[in-house]
Amino acid sequence: MDFDLTAEQRTAQAGFRQWVEQHVVPVADANDNREQTPPDLIAKLAAPGYLGALVAKEYGGEGMDALTWGLLCEEVGRGSASLLSLLTVHGMVIQSIAKWGTAAQRARWLPVLATGETIGAFGLTEPNVGSDAKSIQSIAVAQPDGSYVLNAEKRWISFGASANLILVIAKVNEKPTGFLVERNMPGFSSEPIYGMLGFRSANIARLIMRDVIIPPENLVGKVGFGFSHIAGTALDHGRYCVGWGCVGLAQAALDASLSYSGERYQFDVTLNKHQLIQEMLAEMIVNVKAARMLNYHSAFLKDRGDPSLIMETSMAKYFASRVAAQVTNAAVQIHGANGCSSDYPVQRYYRDAKIMEIIEGSNQMQQIIIAKSGYQQHLVAKRAARRSSAIEGEGK
Amino acid sequence: MGTIEEAVRGFLWQFISDQEVEGDHDLFGSGMVNSLFAMQLVLFVEKQYGITVANEDLDYENFKSVNAIVAFIQSKQ
Repeated sequence: MDFDLTAEQRTAQAGFRQWVEQHVVPVADANDNREQTPPDLIAKLAAPGYLGALVAKEYGGEGMDALTWGLLCEEVGRGSASLLSLLTVHGMVIQSIAKWGTAAQRARWLPVLATGETIGAFGLTEPNVGSDAKSIQSIAVAQPDGSYVLNAEKRWISFGASANLILVIAKVNEKPTGFLVERNMPGFSSEPIYGMLGFRSANIARLIMRDVIIPPENLVGKVGFGFSHIAGTALDHGRYCVGWGCVGLAQAALDASLSYSGERYQFDVTLNKHQLIQEMLAEMIVNVKAARMLNYHSAFLKDRGDPSLIMETSMAKYFASRVAAQVTNAAVQIHGANGCSSDYPVQRYYRDAKIMEIIEGSNQMQQIIIAKSGYQQHLVAKRAARRSSAIEGEGK
Repeated sequence: MGTIEEAVRGFLWQFISDQEVEGDHDLFGSGMVNSLFAMQLVLFVEKQYGITVANEDLDYENFKSVNAIVAFIQSKQ
């Protein structure tokens, strides 16, 4: 496995970093306080092609490879976890349409998603349904003319207040199914949600769909494949973005801590001369590196289309979000009272990191699938060892 | 180089412990595999055989058993 970035990837990474320094870092705290990402920042994100990074070139996108996309997510996550969530949910819609959409859906939606003319969001979570996603209560009823009548309520939808194309998972005759819901469809409405702990500028909303008529051409995939394949594709992508974004978020907290501890004097020396602070910094540095390595591994697998990428991405998201929570916690501790004030961004990092442990499959759900997978791999290894012994025995 | 069925069974064994599976056993209906497996299976088929699983292939009959998966792969080659 080659961990070196290509010259193109290094150039791209430097460009992402510069863009984030120029357009995101200066406004991230203000947007957090205002609890909104303004349209002009979304337009700025679209201008260099970042919203179309995952769209194939034939549809007007950048056709970015997985690792370069990961680097973009890391840099945007370093600037603002809320803005990262736009890349996440917008990308979830792009990936689902690119993989499971019809040729007509790809031709209609991918070009406008690439330019940012259309903003995507993902509607799975409901007021009564979080981790137990198979129990969604949103219902779509098939009509004789091929259309569907959708009644649904979705909650905590990142960029639900801004998006004009929402990939909604609902049940048709108890079968999970994906639909593209357009904001201008009669019966659709959204309400912004304020007062969140983190992701405060992620334009989070409650979405209400009352007797919304969905034309047959807005069905994604087939009836019954909404959870296993449509949401499965979207959530895998989401975990990948979040994993990388957590590395960026943790890196931001680490950078802030290295800077602050090198300038702040207590007991006549800078904080970083105190061994207990050094211990915290060492843990932060090593954990951020380890989280980044797991994400590199999942990028490597993703670019190869390896089936193991799904579990490895789950592990990378799980570990990176835990690291983000630990590192941002330590960053606030190092900053002391300053870190609890709005004068320093580490309090925002800390609040956003908590959200990272919950979104795209809570860490407890990740633990369940990781533990099951680990046991399965153990059984496979045991079986292989038994077979190997048997073959050796036959040879004697 | 083994048969398609051997390759499919080899992949499936990574997910089902030591259970023996009849060729027409309903993998999803029996709860033997979960929804994560569905996407892993898509990736396996695409990577191993250089084919693309797309919208028109989303039919439960294509994925429900070892025999069905083998037949699906053969039909796409």
